[in-house]
Amino acid sequence: MNSMNLDSIQKRLLEEIADLHSIPEGAYNIRSNSQSVGRVSTASIEITSKADVSGMDIRIKPGTKHQSVHIPVVLTESGLSETVYNDFFIGEDSDVVIIAGCGIDNCGRQDSEHDGIHRFFVGKNAKVKYVEKHYGSGDGAGKRILNPGTEVYMEENSFMEMEMAQIKGVDDTDRNTLAELAAGAKLIVRERLMTHGHQRALSKYDVRLNGKGASADVVSRSVARDDSYQRFDAKVVGNAPCSGHTECDSIIMDNGRILAVPGLEANDVDAALVHEAAIGKIAGEQLTKLMTLGLTEQEAEEQIISGFLK
Amino acid sequence: MLELENISFEVAEGGQGREILRNVSLSVPKGRLVVITGPNGGGKSTLARLIMGIEKPTGGVIRFNGQDITNMSVTERARLGIAFAFQQPVRFKGLRVLDLLRLAAGKDITPSDACDYLSAVGLCARDYINREVNASLSGGELKRIEIATVLARATKLSIFDEPEAGIDLWSFQNLIEVFQCMRSNIHDSSIVIISHQERILNIADEIVVLRGGVLSMQGPRESILPQLTGTASALQSCRRIS
Repeated sequence: MNSMNLDSIQKRLLEEIADLHSIPEGAYNIRSNSQSVGRVSTASIEITSKADVSGMDIRIKPGTKHQSVHIPVVLTESGLSETVYNDFFIGEDSDVVIIAGCGIDNCGRQDSEHDGIHRFFVGKNAKVKYVEKHYGSGDGAGKRILNPGTEVYMEENSFMEMEMAQIKGVDDTDRNTLAELAAGAKLIVRERLMTHGHQRALSKYDVRLNGKGASADVVSRSVARDDSYQRFDAKVVGNAPCSGHTECDSIIMDNGRILAVPGLEANDVDAALVHEAAIGKIAGEQLTKLMTLGLTEQEAEEQIISGFLK
Repeated sequence: MLELENISFEVAEGGQGREILRNVSLSVPKGRLVVITGPNGGGKSTLARLIMGIEKPTGGVIRFNGQDITNMSVTERARLGIAFAFQQPVRFKGLRVLDLLRLAAGKDITPSDACDYLSAVGLCARDYINREVNASLSGGELKRIEIATVLARATKLSIFDEPEAGIDLWSFQNLIEVFQCMRSNIHDSSIVIISHQERILNIADEIVVLRGGVLSMQGPRESILPQLTGTASALQSCRRIS
């Protein structure tokens, strides 16, 4: 990592968002303050810069198995604002892990913003695990803003699992995810979100099940503390015989506010769609049980939340 | 070890006070197994919750090893050495069985330590330690895990609120062995069990009968048990609604 001239704050951010302690194995691109500070392509995964806009094309050859791509982003300069377009072309029959994520440290007075627009073109029978963590730190008055846009186009019998977490320090986020699934494709989304202070987080999903046997399972677990606000807007559209499930499970604390907006649209008589939403404070009996084990009320609360967001 | 002196508990109901317990006094000496029994609605579970501090009495004093704990919090009582197994165990999304046992033990126990607690309650650790304590577990499984958390605490006083509820006939002997094992493993430890089960009454040193919120009988098993078994129903006969 030293060869990339990253300072200690940048290294800490990389650890938070990508568990990176050293140069990753496989293909990677590390972006710091709007510059690529390290990039490696492999024989089967090619990373190239886009010519017209800021961003990259990541091409994974058909049949690539058990390889990973790391594309973390860190921002440590106050007042930086950027929009980055990354396109992933995932070849047929491949099986890969993609680890993205963005960490912002803003000690200054100006807002820092990173808007990552990711598009995934998942080939037939391909299998992808996508992990994205967002993290903010720094005590400046400037806001830390992240507005990710994700588009997923899944071909026949492909599989994608998306794990998205934003646990700390991001002041404002407006996340939009669109997915279109062909026959037999399967999408699993696991979102974890915690907001505190005066933070605001909006998360919107629009999942379209277009082919026979397509399925989606979108589950969000979130905690809103202090005076923060969240809106979870999950829409699943069944255009064919398919199955879709969305779930929003939230804990509110202090003066936190959450709006869950379930949306199901069935355009085929064999579309089976389910939505579940539950919002509430931590159950008193859960606190009591942990207190009978010797924990204080505050310790009990921390254990319940960290388990819930695991 | 534990002394209750004139414990009363009253709740407000429809603008009026309703007495759940009235002037209950009893003591649980060191190294004794005391079973509290009696008809439903007699105040047994309330008494257990008052000892743990989950509810606070409206009158009376609770002493633990000579110390007045009446106004202490649940956490403080737990740290002094009181453990509690809930009648209806709580579910947690995200917390695993191993996490709960670690919290109970108060240290970072290994999976093999956790295995000992789970096998004591008849569960195979391999199948359970990484499972979440959530709605995927059956009532009987949750109940055994609840008992395992009390074993992991290894305190001087353990209270079980109807431990047999949800435990099937086949596992009953195992449950009895758990109590016997606790007594031999923790020197001078006392156990208070709320139960209706004759087989649990059979292992008691002392039996306490609570009826309608008052203590109606208390004494060694040999003298109390014959008065309970083989008698007419403890419930008052039902009067026809006119």
